[in-house]
Order: sequence, then C-alpha cells, then structure tokens
Amino acid sequence: MNRYPLWKYLMIAVVLLIGVIYSVPNFFPSEPAVQLSPKTEQAIDPATMQRFEQALQAQGLTIRASENNGQQALFRFEDTDVQLKASEALKEAVGDQFVVALNLAPSTPSWLRALNANPMFLGLDLRGGVHFLMEVDMKAALDKQIDRYEDEFRDFLREQDIKYLGIAREGDTVLAKFRDAASRDAASAALGKEYQNSLQFTALPDTNDLQASISQTAMLDIQKFALQQNITTLRKRVNELGVAEPVIQQQGANRIVVQLPGVQDTARAKEILGATATLEFRLVDEQNDPMQAQQSGRAPLGSQIYKERSGDPILLKRQVMLTGDYIIDASSGFDDNNRPAVHITLDGKGATRFNKVTGENVQKLMGVVFIENKIETKEVDGQAVKTSTTTQEVINVARIQEQLGKRFQITGLDSPKEARDLALLLRAGALAAPVYIVEERTVGPSMGKENIEKGFNSNIWGFVAVVLFMVIYYRVFGVISSVALAINGFFLFALLSMIQATLTLPGLAGIALTLGMAIDANVLINQRIREELRAGASPQVAINIGYERAWGTIIDSNLTTLIAGIALFLLGSGPIKGFAVVLCLGILTSMFSAVTVSRAMVNLVYGYKPHLQKLAI
Amino acid sequence: MFELFPFNKAIPFMRYGRTTTAISLATFLFSVFALFFYGLNLGVDFTGGTVMEVRYAQSAPIDTIREAIKSTGYHEVAVQNFGSTQDVLIRLPLKEGVSSAQVSEQIMSVLKTGTPDVTLSKVDFVGGQVGQELYENGGLALILVAAGIIIYLAFRFEWRFAVSAAIANLHDVVIILGLFAFFQWQFDLTVLAGILAVLGYSVNESVVVFDRIRENIRTMRDETIPDIIDSAITSTMSRTIITHVSTQIMVLAMLWFGGEALHNFALALTIGIMFGIYSSVLVASPLLLLFGLKREHMIPQESEKMEGMNADGSIV
Repeated sequence: MNRYPLWKYLMIAVVLLIGVIYSVPNFFPSEPAVQLSPKTEQAIDPATMQRFEQALQAQGLTIRASENNGQQALFRFEDTDVQLKASEALKEAVGDQFVVALNLAPSTPSWLRALNANPMFLGLDLRGGVHFLMEVDMKAALDKQIDRYEDEFRDFLREQDIKYLGIAREGDTVLAKFRDAASRDAASAALGKEYQNSLQFTALPDTNDLQASISQTAMLDIQKFALQQNITTLRKRVNELGVAEPVIQQQGANRIVVQLPGVQDTARAKEILGATATLEFRLVDEQNDPMQAQQSGRAPLGSQIYKERSGDPILLKRQVMLTGDYIIDASSGFDDNNRPAVHITLDGKGATRFNKVTGENVQKLMGVVFIENKIETKEVDGQAVKTSTTTQEVINVARIQEQLGKRFQITGLDSPKEARDLALLLRAGALAAPVYIVEERTVGPSMGKENIEKGFNSNIWGFVAVVLFMVIYYRVFGVISSVALAINGFFLFALLSMIQATLTLPGLAGIALTLGMAIDANVLINQRIREELRAGASPQVAINIGYERAWGTIIDSNLTTLIAGIALFLLGSGPIKGFAVVLCLGILTSMFSAVTVSRAMVNLVYGYKPHLQKLAI
Repeated sequence: MFELFPFNKAIPFMRYGRTTTAISLATFLFSVFALFFYGLNLGVDFTGGTVMEVRYAQSAPIDTIREAIKSTGYHEVAVQNFGSTQDVLIRLPLKEGVSSAQVSEQIMSVLKTGTPDVTLSKVDFVGGQVGQELYENGGLALILVAAGIIIYLAFRFEWRFAVSAAIANLHDVVIILGLFAFFQWQFDLTVLAGILAVLGYSVNESVVVFDRIRENIRTMRDETIPDIIDSAITSTMSRTIITHVSTQIMVLAMLWFGGEALHNFALALTIGIMFGIYSSVLVASPLLLLFGLKREHMIPQESEKMEGMNADGSIV
C-alpha cells in the first residue's frame, strides 16, 4: 500500500529538476557591467560594437564578455574598478549618441538563460536606489483642456463665420456670449456637432449665452490620457537618465510609481522627473515701454509683462506664435559664437505655422519664454494643500532675421548644463499635467547589501535549527521531513523566479515564515503516524493512515492561511503585496512537498519492505 | 519514540474554562486599554513625514545634529542612534511651506556643513494622503481576512466554529496591537504584514484542533462534548508545540539575525505565535461550549423524516 507507481516518482523527479533549474540562477553573483543604449530609435550594429570595443581596448581595459541585443549593448567586467574606468572611457568615446549606464548583470550561464531561467529582480531595499510615488495633478490636466477649448471655440466660430461677443472661461465651463439668440443657436448647433462626444452645451435662460461643460466620460478620458501621457514622458526622461531596469507603472487612478535602482542622486532625479517645462514663442511688443508698464503695473492691451533673466521687464504680445507641444527634437550644443544653445526641430504642423508667423514678422523681435511648473504640498490647518508655482522667464530675445522653418536654435542660456537640461526636457516632451511626489524612498547600496545578507542569514540559521530539531525528534521521518522542507524552499524560489517576482525584504521574511510554517504539515503527518503506531497499527498501515488522516487537516489549515494571503495580496501595496505573494506560493508548494514528495521518500525507504517491524519515528 | 508530551489521559482543559476565559478577558481588556490610552506609535508609512537614516564615519554627534536640524526650522524632530553609534535615525513631521521632496536634501546639506563625512543610507518620505490610504487599506485587509476565514470555516465546519475561531483570532491581533501600543514599539507596514500573517497562522492552529474535535465527535459516541474537546486538544498538543517551536525558531532567527528592518516584524510574529497557542486551545475551544456546541450540529440526522412517518419511525 505504500508504493507509488513509477509515473509518480518520475513526475516528482521532473518537478524537482525544474525546481532546481529555475531556482539556481538566483545563486549566481551579479557582475559589474556597463550598458549602452542609443538615444534615438536606431539599432546597434556590429560595426558600432567594434567601435565600443576598440575604445575600451585603447584604455587597456579587459572585457569579460559583451552582448548586443540590437537595442542595448552590454559589457561585463572583472570588478567595479574596471567597470568605472570603462564607463568613463565609453562616455568619452561615444559622445552624445548613447546613454552610458552602470549596470549589474546576472552571471547566469547562457544555457540556463536559454531555458528562460533568470534570477528574481531584487527590490530597492535589497540593492539600493530610489522609489518615487508620483501623483498626477488631474485638476491641472482638466484646466489645461478647458483652456484649450476656449481657444478652439474662437478659431472654430471664426471659421464658421458666427459672430460672438466674447468667450471666456468660467469655473469648469466655457461661456460664450452672443448678440442675439439666432447666432447663439447657430453656434450651439455647429459646436454641438463638432464636440458631440466630449462637451455638453446649455443655452442659459434670459441671456444669449451658451455654456459648454465637459461630459463625465470625456472627463475620464482626459484623466486617462493625462496619466498615459505622463507615463510615456517619464519613461523617456528616465531613459535619458540612463538607468538600468527602471520601473514605471501606473498605480490606481492617478498615481505613477517610478523606481530607479542604483540611483543615489535623488536631487537630480527629482529635477528631471518632476519638472514640467515648456517653451512659448511670442512677439515682443515694441510699441510700448516696458519700464513704464512695470511701474504702473498694467500692461497695454494685448500684451503681458514678463521678466528677462537679468530681471528687466519686457512686454510680449499675448498671442502665442508657437508652443512647446510642436517640438519633436531638441539637442544641446553651441551657436556660432560658441555660446550654449539648444537646437530645435519642429513637427510638420508646427513648422508650417512657425514658418507662416515668422514670415509675417521678419525684422521684428521674438521672445522665448521658458515656463516651468512646480507643485508643492503645504500643510494648512492639518490639511495638505497643493500649490503650484509657475515661473515664466524670457530666456532669449532675438530679431527674426528670416522666415524660420523646421529647424532653428535658441540661445541665451546660462551654461552648457542648462542647455543640456532644457534640451532633455524638451525632447522628452512636456508632462500633460504636473506631477508631484507623494512618497519617496531611498536606500543606499551598502544598506541594500546588508539587508540581503541579514535576511539570507536569518533564513539559513532558522532552517538549520529546524532541521536539527526535526531530525532529533523524528529521526528517519525527521530527515525525510527536512529534505521535503529543503525541496519546498527550492520550489518556492523556482516559482518566484519563473513569475519574475521582485524579491524584497518582506519577501525574504515571508520565505522564512513559510518555511517555518511548512514544517507543520509534516509534523501533523508524523504525529498521526505515531498515534496509529501507539494504537497498535502495523507500520505500513500506520504510514498509510497517517498520511490519509493528516491530509484533511492540512487542507483546512492551509486553505485558511491561503485566504489570509489572498486578501493581503488584493489589498496590500508595496511590501505587503510582496510578502503576500511569497506566503500564497509558499502554501501551495508546501502542500505539494509535504504530502507528495515526503510520501514518495517514505515509500522508497519503507514501502518495499513487506515485513517491516519498526519505524524510526 | 521520543515524545515531549506523552499524555495518556486527556487533560481536562475545559474544566478550567472559566479561569482561562477570565485570563484572556483580562489581557484583552488590558490591550484595549493600552490601545486607547497610549495609542499606536505609527511609523512614517501611516502618518506621513520623513524618516532619514544617515551614517557617520565616526560616532555621530547627536546633540549637534539635533541643533543643526532645529536651526532649519523643524520642530518635533526625533534624532536617535540605532544599530550602532555611527548610525542615526532622524524623523521629521510633515512641514508647512517646504516641498516635501526637498526635505532630505535640505537636511543633508545642513548635516554636511557640520560633518562632511556623513552619508545618507536611507530616506523615506511619505505624503499624508498616502499614509492615510495605507492605514485604511490595512484596516480593510484585516476585516476582509477575518470575513474570509469565517465564511470558509462556516462552510467547512459550522458557524459556531467559525465565530469561535474568528474571536480567538481577533483576540490575538488585539493583544499584539495592545503590546505594541503599551511599549510604544513602532508600528509600520511590515508589522501590519506580520499581524495579518498571524491572523492566518493562528486560525491554522484553531483549525487543527477543530478538525480533531469534528473527528472525535464522529468516533467517540459515548463521551460528552467537553471530554471530546479535551481529548482533541490533548492529542494535538504535541503537534501544536512542535510546529510552534519550529516556526518560532525561524522567527527568532529573524529577530536575531534579520537586522533592524525585520526586528519589529519578527516581534509581532513572536507575540502572535505565543498567543496563537493559547488562544486556539484556551479561547476558541471554551467558546465552542459557550455557543452550545452539540453532537447533532456536526452529525447530520441519519434518517430524514419520510412522508407519513410516525414518531417512532414506523409507517402504517
């Protein structure tokens, strides 16, 4: 009765083999490496690879291995010393075309990688880096959209030849005023048709006014778009930072998680991620005196007072010639006089428009306004209040010498670094809505290393102690239980690696805890067998009944824990979720290893002895 | 056979029912009292604010650090050593007028002017809103776990078992919370994860005993319910102790070798494991009696009444 058919042994052997193969990659140390990725969409060809290699050899640096998957080149080195030197050498050699980043590459043998056996990702608490939780300012996204409708209405009504008195924003609606009901109705019909999916138009009673408000579905669309757009933008910016394996994910309806492993310079990361910067090109109002306007505090009709970098006031026309939305590429460099400059490329629509307005205004002055949005959270009466501060600054004023087209440059920046940062921001595109950081976590690299060591050590010591205890207490059955427990550990590691889970400190704690709890199933079985023996059953019968009776209890007790684990997973975030994943998977693997695997071992040891008199339990 | 608990006769646990119930009621009330008067020492995860861990090359000048930070206009700042004399933990509340994201840089620049060889090893900043959400979700998780367990047990056993297990479980959770409040140990997300794990773990305990009670009700036809419960507890006693010992070994390893980060997590589990034994044996089971568990609740009526059947079961 205690013999498994051959297929069961084979199945266990196969599962065990899979378990070992997929858990093993975690035990290979990672190697210091340098990663190169092109800034544009181009692929890395063998010739480029050769250029990189020559650059490294020129510095006398030995490459341990190199890889190129088309989008990314990776060079592995002996130690971090060589890695740093190599990174410097490569930065020098490849110039502006590639992002050079330090990386830790897993040293998994290639045949394992071919089987898709990769190590788990390590969470930031285990390898160091920064974690940001950013919230998208949906109010601002909505405001921006309403402002856009306001402008669009003017253009649209002008095109349709419908006369209006004025169009202005009122709260979250746009209000259009008309001279008479007839033109209002005409506008209502035309606008209603144009914006039938996104806006609702209401004719206000007792006036000739038409009110436009955004429909509920359109509102949701705006928010969804803002979030998506921001994620895309953040991804581009992170790429520019040259971080290996970044995480950029949506969380909930209006939050984005950004994790940058290995990054320690939080200040720079935040500057790049959080800023919303854009440019506006406006004509300078040359008819009026800016000093006078500043003194009176009132700008002439159609103009607005701005400040130059020097602090001097300047008057610019209200009408915008071009906004940053049309910019498709920007790079930093120097102009003919060797001053820092940003070279800008526009998209087709922007180019046509810019071409037209600059053509109409040759020999006039044009100002470039740099607009930066920052959001701050302040606490007022115990409530967190968000305030957004916008700095607008005229960074450059130049006379339009000729009609400008698709490519042109702006100058007037303070330093090459500023030119670089501005180019980066412009290239990555502006954020659709401002984001602000609601949670920030930084873990130093040495701290991460310490965490992993301590977490791992506690697992090992705990495991050794449990094994000692089991072997002394249950002898042969204790050995079997311990082996089953070790196999359980392998299974758990393998499963976590297969799903490419991110291992965090709470996850490590979860592994320790599930290993501790997993022994419960074996204890239940062993105790049952002892009870049966004490009640006078023969050894073979005792084994059989012991396993059978314990099964029901194991199911009940594990399923209740599993319920707790699933609830934790559904509701938890961050560390709790990681812990829950380990707990749930651990329960599943322990049920298998404690019942099936240990039974197989017991069967192998005792099942083929028909005249068994005694059990070592 | 090496047996730690070689009981030949069932221990009359249920006879002490009143005493144990009184004891658990006392600890429970103590915990509620501690929670009410001391309150939990919530970590930055839940309250929002900034926690920084900095490392000095020499021993850290705590007083100087405190003064330096005060000069930047922060109040209610906690500066303390942890782990070693070189490691310093700084806690800052949310502050008006300062962009939360800039706090860490501001503090680091102040500290660096005093001692240049200070490094930032960790910083956690959490917005008040996020903390509040975590707190609410944590509470929700607790309720959902309890509800899930009750439903499962009511389905697999009977409602009396489900309610008893849930009460015994919550008793454990409240005691952990009470101790954390009384000693003002810091309560953060990992501790919450630990408590939720205890919920799963401690119900595990109750289920093993319940399972045996159910089995005994079927097999021990002549015994009374209290005797059946005593026998169930006694026969699972060895397993209870051994499982707890092995889990506790793992948790102790975490407590000793796991470092600062896992310390409170392991602490919550240790308390949970201790009270888990106690509550499964001495809280859940007496509650079964209190709710009036009878043999009929577990054994379906053997023959259903057929139409036209008399009281004595005959059909004429």
